[in-house]
Amino acid sequence: MTLDISGLTKYFMEEKTATPVSVLNDIHFKVNDGQFVSVVGPSGCGKTTLLRIIAGLEKPSSGRVLLDDREISRDRDRIGLVFQEYALFPWRTTLQNIELGLEMMQVPKKERRSAAMAYIHSFGLNGFEDAYPKALSGGMKQRVAIARTLITNPKVVLMDEPFGSLDSQTRNGLQQFLLNLWQKHKKTILFVTHNVDEAVFLSDHIVILSKRPARILRTSAVTCPRPRDRTSTECNAVRREVLNTLESARTASSHQPEREEIVV
Amino acid sequence: MNWARYLLPLLLLVLWQVLSSLKAIPARLLPSPFEILLGFRDLVLIGMPPGHRLPYHVLYSLYRVAWGFWVAAMVGIPLGLLMGWSNRLRDLTTPIIELIRPIPPLAWIPIAILWFGIGMKSAAFIIFLGAFFPILLNTISGVLSINPLFFEVAQTLNAKKRDVFFKVLVPGSLPSIFVGMRIGVGIGWMTLVAAEFTGVKTGYGLGYMIMTARDIQRPDEILAGMLVIGLIGILINTALKACESRMIRWN
Repeated sequence: MTLDISGLTKYFMEEKTATPVSVLNDIHFKVNDGQFVSVVGPSGCGKTTLLRIIAGLEKPSSGRVLLDDREISRDRDRIGLVFQEYALFPWRTTLQNIELGLEMMQVPKKERRSAAMAYIHSFGLNGFEDAYPKALSGGMKQRVAIARTLITNPKVVLMDEPFGSLDSQTRNGLQQFLLNLWQKHKKTILFVTHNVDEAVFLSDHIVILSKRPARILRTSAVTCPRPRDRTSTECNAVRREVLNTLESARTASSHQPEREEIVV
Repeated sequence: MNWARYLLPLLLLVLWQVLSSLKAIPARLLPSPFEILLGFRDLVLIGMPPGHRLPYHVLYSLYRVAWGFWVAAMVGIPLGLLMGWSNRLRDLTTPIIELIRPIPPLAWIPIAILWFGIGMKSAAFIIFLGAFFPILLNTISGVLSINPLFFEVAQTLNAKKRDVFFKVLVPGSLPSIFVGMRIGVGIGWMTLVAAEFTGVKTGYGLGYMIMTARDIQRPDEILAGMLVIGLIGILINTALKACESRMIRWN
């Protein structure tokens, strides 16, 4: 599945002043079938809005999202979204949370149970199938959330800073876990993060966004060979490049007078 | 220290008994604990009016409250879920509800008698009014308090409206629904005595029993009856709480 984002623009109406606020500015990029692409950018730049538009939770002001050259649509395409805050249903056990999507697809109980159990085994959640989310650690919750998304076999998997609230040990473990999954399932993944190290370790390409309104500063290919070593010189070179791009955009914009300064 | 909780009530009870025995409290106004106990015995063995014994009064009252509460829950919970779900329905109905809600259930007694006559239906209607609004309002606020992210999760899993209703809305608002039911049954039970003022054809009911005891000036039986109402209120609340923790194990 090739995801093609072209000319995507998004405005919000500010309610008090009734003035449009630009969030996304002419975003173009492509995620080829089976690729792992990350979007990095300063926090609050509109990365989440971008994902929400692709997921069909919001409408763009202009531009299109194509999946294999057809306008993406919820009715036709299954688009998985892994939320930053896990968003597991607290009233459902691990097993029931993973089964949720299959229930909505009217999969018979026996089948969905065995499918969910397969995920529980391969995701290292054995013994926690009947636990409620409050009893799970952050890393486990996120694994449940990933299982809940993958079990419906989506055409594209969108991930919104899924490891953002985890400690760095757990985070590294889950990054490796995600890479293994990706290599096994050959999914097309679009991954949003503000962590450059994470983007370099995971992705084939990195889309670098400016601060709000977000436009693309550049798109970098991560050429270092897999399996990757986070501390290798190749990885470091890419990190430096991405960080420099972000840094020079930040300093360039801070030289411009801010609106507050004009008022003063 | 669990026993400490019972120390103060026990001390007060002893003090009360001592003051009553010393005739510092006139028995005509407030009988002593011991007299109330005897009154309780009379209610159980002889009945008030004689022959109409306490257990039957309790059963009839519970029956009326159960009816009023059941109807209140059956109307209040679905209506609350729909009102929480649909902004339009909520906007449409809120003014009516806000107008009717502050009217005390007791103010409905004349209308209740006019509509339902004297008897079980009138009493159940008054109890219904007491229980309905807490159930309705808590159900609405339960729906509104559901994390909006859960609706988006459902959306990204291509949920149909039916799925959203039964897999997000209902379980998500369940804790709040239980709060509403507990408050509702409490208020329903409190309006019981007044509800039985509407007249009791059968000659049974705790409210009726207390009113009869008043008519023949038996303050010991009035107070015993009041205590029975209080104790049963505690029991109902405990039973609902047990039901709640069984159904909402995730909290």
